[in-house]
Amino acid sequence: MFPIFEAQWLAPKVRKLVVHAPRVASHHKPGHFVIVRCEDNGERIPLTIADSDAKAGTITLVVQIVGATTERLCSLCTGETLLDVAGPLGKPTEIETFGHVVLVGGGVGTAVIYPQAGALKAMGNRLTAVIGGRSKPYVILEKELAAICDAVHPCTDDGSYGFHGFVTGKLESLIREAAPPIDMVLTAGPVPMMRAVAEVTRERGIRTIASLNPIMVDGTGMCGGCRVTVGGKQRFACVDGPEFDAHQVDFRELTDRLTAYRDQERAVWERYRLDPQHVCRLEAAEKELQTRGDE
Amino acid sequence: MKPADRMKIPRQHMPEQEPQTRAHNFREVNLGMATEAARTEAQRCLRCKGAKCVAGCPVGVDIAGFVEAVAEGDLPRAADILYAANVLPGITGRVCPQETQCEQVCVRAGKGSPVAVGYLERFVADWAREHRRELFTPLPPTGKRVAIVGSGPAGLTCAGELAKLGHGVTVFEALHRPGGVLVYGIPEFRLPKRIVDEEVQKLREMGVKIECNVVIGQTYTIHELMNDEGFDAVFIANGAGLPVFQGIPGEHLKGVYSANEYLTRVNLMGAWKGDETPTPVVKSTRVVVVGGGNTAMDAVRTARRLGAEPATLVYRRSRQEMPARVEEVKHAEEEDVVFEMLVNPIEILGGQDGWVSGVRCIRQELGEPDASGRRRPVPIAGSEFELPCEVFIEAIGTRANPLLTQTTPELKLNKWGNIEVDKSRMTSMRGVFAGGDIVRGGATVILAMGDGKTAAAGIHSYLTHAQG
Repeated sequence: MFPIFEAQWLAPKVRKLVVHAPRVASHHKPGHFVIVRCEDNGERIPLTIADSDAKAGTITLVVQIVGATTERLCSLCTGETLLDVAGPLGKPTEIETFGHVVLVGGGVGTAVIYPQAGALKAMGNRLTAVIGGRSKPYVILEKELAAICDAVHPCTDDGSYGFHGFVTGKLESLIREAAPPIDMVLTAGPVPMMRAVAEVTRERGIRTIASLNPIMVDGTGMCGGCRVTVGGKQRFACVDGPEFDAHQVDFRELTDRLTAYRDQERAVWERYRLDPQHVCRLEAAEKELQTRGDE
Repeated sequence: MKPADRMKIPRQHMPEQEPQTRAHNFREVNLGMATEAARTEAQRCLRCKGAKCVAGCPVGVDIAGFVEAVAEGDLPRAADILYAANVLPGITGRVCPQETQCEQVCVRAGKGSPVAVGYLERFVADWAREHRRELFTPLPPTGKRVAIVGSGPAGLTCAGELAKLGHGVTVFEALHRPGGVLVYGIPEFRLPKRIVDEEVQKLREMGVKIECNVVIGQTYTIHELMNDEGFDAVFIANGAGLPVFQGIPGEHLKGVYSANEYLTRVNLMGAWKGDETPTPVVKSTRVVVVGGGNTAMDAVRTARRLGAEPATLVYRRSRQEMPARVEEVKHAEEEDVVFEMLVNPIEILGGQDGWVSGVRCIRQELGEPDASGRRRPVPIAGSEFELPCEVFIEAIGTRANPLLTQTTPELKLNKWGNIEVDKSRMTSMRGVFAGGDIVRGGATVILAMGDGKTAAAGIHSYLTHAQG
C-alpha cells in the first residue's frame, strides 16, 4: 500500500497527489513514470513522476480526470492509499548542457517538464518555459517553474492570462526573438500540441524531444500495446521511451491509436458514475476545489 | 496385480466440459479425475525397470514412485513424493507438455497409450491442496538471503527449493500480482488463477516473501540488491518479455495485438469478467491469430470465448510442426477454432477509421528442412487470399526484455540478448544466477521450473561453500 501524504487540486479536474513510495522516490530521474492502480480489479495507468523527495520517500503525481480510473484517483484524499505503484519506469530524460533549452508544457504535460527543468538547470542550461492551458486556472506549476527557469511564459487559449493563444504561437515568437538562440526544445502535453510544436521546430532544425503518452498495460515491455512508430521503426514507449525525437514520431498514428477504447472507456465511466459512494467522494473532493477558489 | 492385468486396463479419460458449452465460458476445461479413475489409471503403470519417465521429467519427479502410491490408494505418500521434487505440481499437472516428456518415454506409449502421468499429477496436487496437507518443513534458518527476480514458474520454484533449505527468500515481482506468465499469460480455462494463488500462498507460509511492484533494473539494480539491500545471491527469472511482431504492414492498426497484450488484458486485468473490470479488450466477431505455440492456442481459444466466430488460427507450417501441446490443439479444434495451416500473413488490412478489416495471407508448401530440422515453408506464388477480421493477434514469440540487462552491463549475454549461464545457472556475475525464458528465449513452464530447481541447488552450494 502506498499512502497519500498530500492531495490537492492544482486546477479544475487536475489533482496533485504526494505519495509515499520510497523505493521509487530514491531512484526517480526526470522522464520516469510509474504505473498506478488504485483498487482491486482496477486499471493500470501510467503517470509521469512530477517530483520526488528521496529523503521523505515521496513522489508527486499530477492526475487529470479523463475517465473512470483517473476520476477515482482524483477523488482520493490525504491519508488514503494507492494499492499499487510500480516504477520508476521508462528511460530518463537525457540531461546535458545543451545551452538554451525551451520547455513546452500543455495542461498536465507541464508536470512532465517540471522535473526536467530542475535537472537541466543544475547542468547550467538557460531555461525558458512555455506553459499552456485552456484558461487561467488550467495553467499549472507556474510559480514552481519560475523559481527554476530564466523565463516562464504562461499561455491561455482564451487569453484570460499571459499570452493569448497556443503555446506554439509563443514558441514561434521566441524562436524569432530569442537571444541566445534556442538549442533544444522539450515538450509534453496533448498529442496535437506536441505535433504542432514539432512542426514549428522542424523547419528551424531545432532538436525537439517529446514525451509520449500511448496506451499502456504493464509498462515493462511485455505487452507491446504502447508501440509507436519513430523514424519508420516500431518502438515501445515504455522501455525505449517515453521520450523520442519529436521530428521522427508518427503523431498521426499515435493520435489514432489513443482512440482505440474510447467507447468502452466512456461506458465504464458512465457505469462508474452511477456508484453513489464514488459520486459522494468526488463531490467532497470538488467542494475542496471550490473552497480553494474562494480564498 | 500382474503386468498382464495392468496391460488390460484402458487409459482413463479426463472428464471435461462439453466443447459447445466451454467455448463460451472461462471455467476450466478439464474437470479433474475422480479418485477411483485415478487409482485405476495408476494401476496401468507396469513398474518397469529404470522408469524412463523419471528421466523424461525436467524436474526429476519420482513419477514411478508417486504413481505407485496412487495405485495403492496412499495419497499422502503420493503427495510427499510429488512435492519433494516439484513445488508446483498443481500447475505442471495442467500445463506441462507431457506428451514430449514423461508420457513420451513411458513403455506403454509404444503399445497404445502411455500412463496419464499429467492427469495423475494434477489429481494428487489437487487432493493435497484440498486437504491442506503440510508439505514442507523448512530446515533451520541459514541466515543467508536470496533475491529472486520474477515470480513466474522459474522464480517460484527456486523460491520454494531455497526456502526448504532454510534460506531467506524475497521474490520481487514487477506486476501487481505474483505468478508471472501463470497469471498474465495462461488463461483461466486452462489454469485457474485460484490454483496459482494457492500455490503462492503455500510458499508464503514457508516464509517466502513476495514483493510486487518492484521492477528490478529500474526500482533496484542487481548491484543494489547485492551491495545495499544485503542479499547474498540473486536469481534472475524475469521472463522473455518483449513480444515480437512480424514486421508486416498494418501492425499499427487498432485491433492488432501481441498475444501478450491480448492475454494480459483478459487474464491479469480480468477483461473476461466483462463489466466488473475497467480494463477493456476489443471484442469482435472475427479474430485471426498467427502462431503455432501454446500462446497462440491460448489467444485463439480466449477470442472464441469472448465471442469470436470464426476464431481462426493461421500457422505457417503444417499441423505436425505445431509446437503447442497436443491437448490444446485438440481442445481448440473441438471448440470450433478454424485452422488455416501452411498460411502466412503478409499484410494487415485496415479501413479509413484506422481499424483492422482483414489480413492478407499467402499459402505455403513445405520445402527442405531448415536449421531446426523442420521442413521450411515456401510461399506458393499467386496463392494470396484475404481473411476478413476485426482483431488480429500475433503470437509468434518474444525476445529478451532489456530492462534488467541494460542496467547490468556485466551480465554476459548471447547475441539475442539472453543471459548466458553455466551448468549451475550462474551468470558471469559471481553469486548471480539466471533461468527460465530470460536464458532460454521462449520455452515452457516446466523447463523454467527445471532451471529454478537447478539454480536453487547452485545457489545453495554457492552460499554454503563458494561464498566462504
